[in-house]
Amino acid sequence: MELIFSLIVNGLMLGSLYAMVSVGLTLIFGITKVINFAHGEFMMIGMMLTYIITTYLGIHPYLTLVFIVPLLFVLGILVQKYLIEPLRNSDEHVQIFATVGLSIAMINLVLMIAGSDNFNTPSSGMRHTLDLGLATVLTGQVVIMLCSIFMVGGLHLFLTRTQMGRAIRATAQNRNAAQLMGINVSRINMVTFGIGIACVGIAAVLLSPLYPVNAQTGQSFVLIAFVIVVMGGLGSITGAFFAALIIGLVDSFTGFYLGSSLKGVAVFGIFLMILIFRPSGLFGKARKLAHVS
Amino acid sequence: MLRMNNVSSGYGATTILHDVSLEVKKGEVVTIVGGNGAGKTTTLRTLSGLIDTSAGSITFKDEDITHLPAHQVVNRGITLIPEARQLFPEMTVLENIQMGAYRPAAKSRYEQRLEEVLALFPRVKERLHQQAESLSGGEQQMVAIARGMMACPELLIFDEPSLGLAPIVVSQVFDVVKKIAESGTTVLIVEQNVQQTLKVADRAYVIENGRIVMDGQAQELMGNDHIRKAYLGI
Repeated sequence: MELIFSLIVNGLMLGSLYAMVSVGLTLIFGITKVINFAHGEFMMIGMMLTYIITTYLGIHPYLTLVFIVPLLFVLGILVQKYLIEPLRNSDEHVQIFATVGLSIAMINLVLMIAGSDNFNTPSSGMRHTLDLGLATVLTGQVVIMLCSIFMVGGLHLFLTRTQMGRAIRATAQNRNAAQLMGINVSRINMVTFGIGIACVGIAAVLLSPLYPVNAQTGQSFVLIAFVIVVMGGLGSITGAFFAALIIGLVDSFTGFYLGSSLKGVAVFGIFLMILIFRPSGLFGKARKLAHVS
Repeated sequence: MLRMNNVSSGYGATTILHDVSLEVKKGEVVTIVGGNGAGKTTTLRTLSGLIDTSAGSITFKDEDITHLPAHQVVNRGITLIPEARQLFPEMTVLENIQMGAYRPAAKSRYEQRLEEVLALFPRVKERLHQQAESLSGGEQQMVAIARGMMACPELLIFDEPSLGLAPIVVSQVFDVVKKIAESGTTVLIVEQNVQQTLKVADRAYVIENGRIVMDGQAQELMGNDHIRKAYLGI
């Protein structure tokens, strides 16, 4: 019993970490319809910057949020404005290749500057274990779990309760009509891309005390994030959140009972099943795909 | 109020409108009639900035708006109610209506305008908290018109408001158009339902193959042989 409880807790911890990484990806896809293959690399850059700033300024890793989140927000806006927007009227495959190209360029830029070494951000107490009675967790994991709930809740409130949020949803649901309301659609796309990248920036900072970073780190996380985004129903933030928790649990249980080498088989096996039987995602309604195009 | 001077436009290399000139004066109800593919919708899309003008010019209240993007045209006081309603399907009726008041000039008058608009559409008022896509076609058209009115436009443009609606709803739509015009809003309306439209319009333009081929008082055109044969089936 204790074992099961502990596996559940660890699964949920891992799941909320995946949720943080996936939320920005699904937001960008849902609103701008761009599949951002460079998403993981923005996270990697965020983790690298966290490492550099904490090491050289000697501050707590979480304090780097103040620099990194605005920086990644601006970076996201620039990518949308100068890379994606000029391709708006070309074939969507061209946009995909553009983000894949951006991803490869970012990885190689980091490889060139920093090599392929692992960098460890100081854990600053975030690797302390907390005894929850039936399970033990790391302080940093609890922070990630709480923050992922705030992030999903905050984004949901932003999208439903604010004028800007409603304009973002309107743009996603009918770009043409949104323009006719007076909404500047290119501006909405820039802001959305910025927010999505800022979200992965938050994830990057919170992950840094727990995980080492190297040029390839983004790749390992983003692959799972794509599974989650599809499973959550392409573009649905709450869908992605629950899908991430499910993947976290699957990861935790298969890792224990089948061995960690088989975790990937289970996760991607589920991914294939979803693509075959419920391509609109576990929570998505089938028709949602109709206005994804 | 609104002038199109020798406007040409189209999609990519294909020109659809050739040398179109038309005028809408303040307080008028003007209609553009024509068959399928004649260029009616393209004219409206060009006017509202959804597609760019390749030659000629468009002015509104003596200011040039030829190359303004769509969202800036809205800010000048021109609102297009697009064909096929184009609501935001996964938003509530109220949210759709709120989006209509997005332009700054409309935001400040939101409360008062909402009351005025809902008074015109009692059915919409009953369904404010329903998902837009759960409404019937006729109700959706009413929401689309209400949403357009929320922008407090000086010129309100309708693109085929009666398309695909039951006859009883069609006459309700035309009643609303009449009321909007009577309240002082200038109206430009594009329709295939020529007979109904000529009854509410002051003046009309006839468009064929992307060119204006005829224009005049709505009453006169109703008696014109070409119009009667081609559009009224008499």
